[in-house]
Amino acid sequence: MSRPAPGAVKAPDPAPATGVPDARDSRPERRPWLWVAWAVLVVLLAQLVAFVLRSDRLELSVVGEYLFAEPILDGLVTTIALTAIATVLGTVLGALVCLARLSSLAPLRYAAAAWIAVFRSVPPLVQLLFWFNLAYLVPVLSIGIPFGPSVGEWSANDVITPYTAAVIGLSLYNSPYSAEIIRSGLSAVPRGQLEAASSLGLPARDTFFRIRLPQATRIILPPMGSQVISLLKGTSLVSVIAMTDLLGAAREVYTRTFEVVPLLIVAILWYIVLVAALTAGQSWLERRFSRGY
Amino acid sequence: MLRVRGLGKRFGDTVALADVDLDVAEGEVVVVIGPSGSGKSTLVRCIDLLEDIDAGSVELDGELLGFRVDRRGVLRRLPARRTAPQRRRMGMVFQSFNLFAHLTVERNVWEAPVRALGEPLAEARARAHQLLERVGLGHKGDAYPVQLSGGQQQRVAIARALAVRPRLMLFDEPTSALDPELVGEVLAVMESLAQERTTMVVVTHELQFAREVATRVVFMDAGRVVEQGTPDEVFGNPRTERLQTFLQRFSAAS
Repeated sequence: MSRPAPGAVKAPDPAPATGVPDARDSRPERRPWLWVAWAVLVVLLAQLVAFVLRSDRLELSVVGEYLFAEPILDGLVTTIALTAIATVLGTVLGALVCLARLSSLAPLRYAAAAWIAVFRSVPPLVQLLFWFNLAYLVPVLSIGIPFGPSVGEWSANDVITPYTAAVIGLSLYNSPYSAEIIRSGLSAVPRGQLEAASSLGLPARDTFFRIRLPQATRIILPPMGSQVISLLKGTSLVSVIAMTDLLGAAREVYTRTFEVVPLLIVAILWYIVLVAALTAGQSWLERRFSRGY
Repeated sequence: MLRVRGLGKRFGDTVALADVDLDVAEGEVVVVIGPSGSGKSTLVRCIDLLEDIDAGSVELDGELLGFRVDRRGVLRRLPARRTAPQRRRMGMVFQSFNLFAHLTVERNVWEAPVRALGEPLAEARARAHQLLERVGLGHKGDAYPVQLSGGQQQRVAIARALAVRPRLMLFDEPTSALDPELVGEVLAVMESLAQERTTMVVVTHELQFAREVATRVVFMDAGRVVEQGTPDEVFGNPRTERLQTFLQRFSAAS
């Protein structure tokens, strides 16, 4: 009855020959489709490799030439900086909007709901164009008492550069998503945890920062990670308001040299690297916040 | 020490508590029994300010809980965030333990003394360790709640509630979520608290515990206190028909 399983890494101890079926005598089920799937995958990969090697339009040497070229790296830095700033500002704004939405004060709740409705409705490209052209709508920006005297005034044309317009537009676009992600996390903390905290007489601030937020963070992180990744890709829109981000830098090169596809591939490779780095950071954070679960 | 007068609580159209009076003196162990839905959990939750009461009043050591009287003599309901000092004087043990899942066992115990009472960390940790020893879990301080059995989690929850040095301990069906063989270890801890003359209000279905440990047994039904007295009176000589039926059903089951 017992025979060594072919291909097994280590032969299991044979079962005593009692005539009763024994799991130790079993072999894995046959899986013909597994081999078919492998074959298809190998063929597709071979095709891809052959295409890359044979194509004279891909111009891999050009890709290599520009991958670490200075204008591209400058653009890369701009993309990273924009993503970082818009993530921080968008998350801070989002957190405030979220707290307002959960507030016991009705006016705050309505304002937050309106904020989310407006900034989630307007496409990011439209927002970038709008903030870039703010000087037309509001020529002078001033800070002061509403309907009263102002303490400082600036020309909108000086304040709104492509950079500030990009930061404002991307942060505002990011904020309602952050707000909703944070709210879903805060609402997902079991009520019993909050009851236990309040029953111990923990002050509201400690209950929020030491009990509710850390537990919510675990739930917030995965969607927040996706959100940062889509924001990173969203920064590629800023080239329409004359900013030289990663894509903008690639475009500036290929409008001169007409090597469109190789430079787009340079940009693509960098986007893939950036997203891989973000993904790695996200899984590290997720592991850190999943202690105790 | 605790004085409940005319307490009323409704959830929508359902009356959970109606005109409940209850007095608990220092060192008493009051065990509240009654069928499911009789309002006994709601009673301790109202005392612990986990529910807003609709009628009546709760006083602890002569201080009105959950309300203040303003300068014009108007009674004003305190918002939840302003009742923290009052709630620290009561320790609550929940049916579902509610240990803080992201904190170690030891930190579950010292978090409130440090944050709420401002105890120095070293002192609070030493005391947390003492309290864990007392519930037989001195070796589990570094574990996370999820790594403990239900009975162990509930013992940690008791240590955590004791850590803020409450005047009064409240237990809301502390053994109802436990496997039968784990019930004993939790009841043993509660019994030792009772022996040290800790003032306790215990909502439970463990009638044996009520019989042996209670100084007074309160029987509730349909949101009202129907009968109360010493264990001997309540179990040996039930006066109302409702209590008689309740006890019969239980003795038939066990």
